Amino acid sequence: MQITLFVPCFVDSFAPRVAESMVRVFERLGHDVRFAEAAVCCGQPAFNAGYWDEAQSVAERTLRELASAEAVVVGSGSCATMLKRFYPRLFAGTSGAEAAQDLAARSFEFAEFLVNELGVSELGARFPAKVTVHDGCHALRELGLKRPMRELLSHVKDLTLVEMAEAETCCGFGGTFSAKFPTISRAMGEQKLGSARETGADYVVSCDSSCLLHLKSLGARDGAALGSVHLAEVLASR
Amino acid sequence: MTSAKSEFQERSARVAPDLEHRARMTRQLRLYSTQRAAREGAYGDFQAARRAAGETKWQALMALDRHLLEFSEKLEARGAKVHWAADGAEARAIVLDVLSKRQAKLVVKSKAMTAEEIGLAEALAERGIEVVESDLGEFIMQLRKEPPYHIVFPAMHLSRDEVGELFHAELAAERTDDPEALTMIARRVLRQKYVAADAGITGANFAVAETGMISITENEGNARLGAALPSCMITLVGIEKVLPKLEDLALFLPLLATAGAGQLLTGYNTLYAGPRAPGESDGPEEYHVVLLDNGRSELLADPELRDALRCIRCGACLNVCPVFRNVGGHTYGTTYPGPIGAVLTPSLRQQDGFEHLPDASSLCGACSETCPVGIDLHHHLLEHRRRRAVTDPSPLWHAVFRAYAFVCARPALYERLISFARFGTRLLRWAARIGVAQAARLASERELPEPAALTFRERWRRR
Repeated sequence: MQITLFVPCFVDSFAPRVAESMVRVFERLGHDVRFAEAAVCCGQPAFNAGYWDEAQSVAERTLRELASAEAVVVGSGSCATMLKRFYPRLFAGTSGAEAAQDLAARSFEFAEFLVNELGVSELGARFPAKVTVHDGCHALRELGLKRPMRELLSHVKDLTLVEMAEAETCCGFGGTFSAKFPTISRAMGEQKLGSARETGADYVVSCDSSCLLHLKSLGARDGAALGSVHLAEVLASR
Repeated sequence: MTSAKSEFQERSARVAPDLEHRARMTRQLRLYSTQRAAREGAYGDFQAARRAAGETKWQALMALDRHLLEFSEKLEARGAKVHWAADGAEARAIVLDVLSKRQAKLVVKSKAMTAEEIGLAEALAERGIEVVESDLGEFIMQLRKEPPYHIVFPAMHLSRDEVGELFHAELAAERTDDPEALTMIARRVLRQKYVAADAGITGANFAVAETGMISITENEGNARLGAALPSCMITLVGIEKVLPKLEDLALFLPLLATAGAGQLLTGYNTLYAGPRAPGESDGPEEYHVVLLDNGRSELLADPELRDALRCIRCGACLNVCPVFRNVGGHTYGTTYPGPIGAVLTPSLRQQDGFEHLPDASSLCGACSETCPVGIDLHHHLLEHRRRRAVTDPSPLWHAVFRAYAFVCARPALYERLISFARFGTRLLRWAARIGVAQAARLASERELPEPAALTFRERWRRR
């Protein structure tokens, strides 16, 4: 199958290994992986802040670049939500409405795509560690994805999964929220880190690099060891 | 200059890092979550109950005019007087008029967020009428001269010790931190007030159109006493609280109890149908119901946001909101805090200055997920943000997003900027290492994530 990766801006520059791992996972399964190089960002920062004109101009480019893709896979629940749920709203009543609906139907979050579309959950991965899972809010509540990530992790060799208390509580990143209200964002992140650490896990695993980067920047400050790793990196490990 | 926004920032910066506050809120609200989850389990299908409730409220709102008239006719037929108040000022004037005709000096009041919304207690106090809050939590907050911390748990942020100290200082009671003893102290004070009060003021949970009845649900029996003992009863109710049929209560009373407090059913559920009828032995001589609009019809006319009027004030969205948990109820500076407050305040407050509240959310959606009547709360926040960006854009953020859109539409420029940012980070680190003070300060203040040496785009091309 032809799979086109949409690599969000922050994954491209801060977490390129996530996208590389996705390539590895799909190629091992024998798929033809493409990369929409000229699609830079989904437009969510402007959309969430209410600046829909600017969001539209970013999204139009992405819409165009992904127009001919058979399946678009996104390594971020948040950006996948933008494509799947918010593009149809953003373009409602405009000339892009049909294209937005069409893209929404062809776009998938990474774990969702593997489990629900490809029907794969065993990838021969090995990750010798104790991990806990953080549900990104968009994947969890906008896309209703809780099971796929856990399903995939349950087949990883030498991996122990321990659920944290309040696994479904937001980590406090929230895009511009963390810039506008840094003290609240930090407090939320500290609680999330606290819940993750209580499990005694070595790593917190998520489908969203943005949450992980936020937690990492907070964890780095107090120095306590808790790694953060994207699901794709776990699945690409052997 | 202090604005509601800067006060919000200042207060949240103080409360959010407060570890004791954090621990208390976590303890309280985890208990709520556990109990609520257990009660939800008692429903055959809790999600179906939510959908039915949302649908019922929706239908009630779509025919609100008819339901309100029906409610009023049925209730007045039994001798009650129904008043229509367009805004807070009218509602206050109506209540004051009723009270002054009866030369009332002392009023017992049970929980009513609508009264907070229109500043009723303050207005009565200005006219020399003593208002005693009879709900235990509200009683505590009144002694502290503070508004409620939460719309259902008004004093949730206080410890038993603090309440004991407060009762000792304000009521000259013996020091204790025993909850039962504290309740007894409050009861001793309150029982005297019920007997002496000239009128009782209540809020309402539902107004049943079919029968013209007010439904009040409570755990302490204080609203019942306030309704039964004084000779005059006044109920202040928002017009959105209408339910079409009496049988709707069979769904809404348990749902409110479950969502609001993790109870199967609240302790006391009472229907008020009018003043004492001939031959009856109890009940008030006069019963007045004040129907409060205060921005609600305007909200009803708004197709994008009107479903916020479904709200039954259970407070569940506050309980699950990570922002509320961290900043507490007083940080908002509004009658309704938390997600529902951020959604309603711009509509009901009828004054500007609270537009920052929809921004103060990570849009996690926990509120919408928990709302028992299915209000799409976090998407309402998005809609508020969108409208504000159109009517009153922030010059800074607008410029930021214009620049962002400009760059994202030009992948080559985007790539050049990424390399520049990478270079900038290195330069900053190097400057910090060789002791440039400003760079060192910046680097020590936050751990900005480190850009990778090569972007994915660069790596992809090298494959």
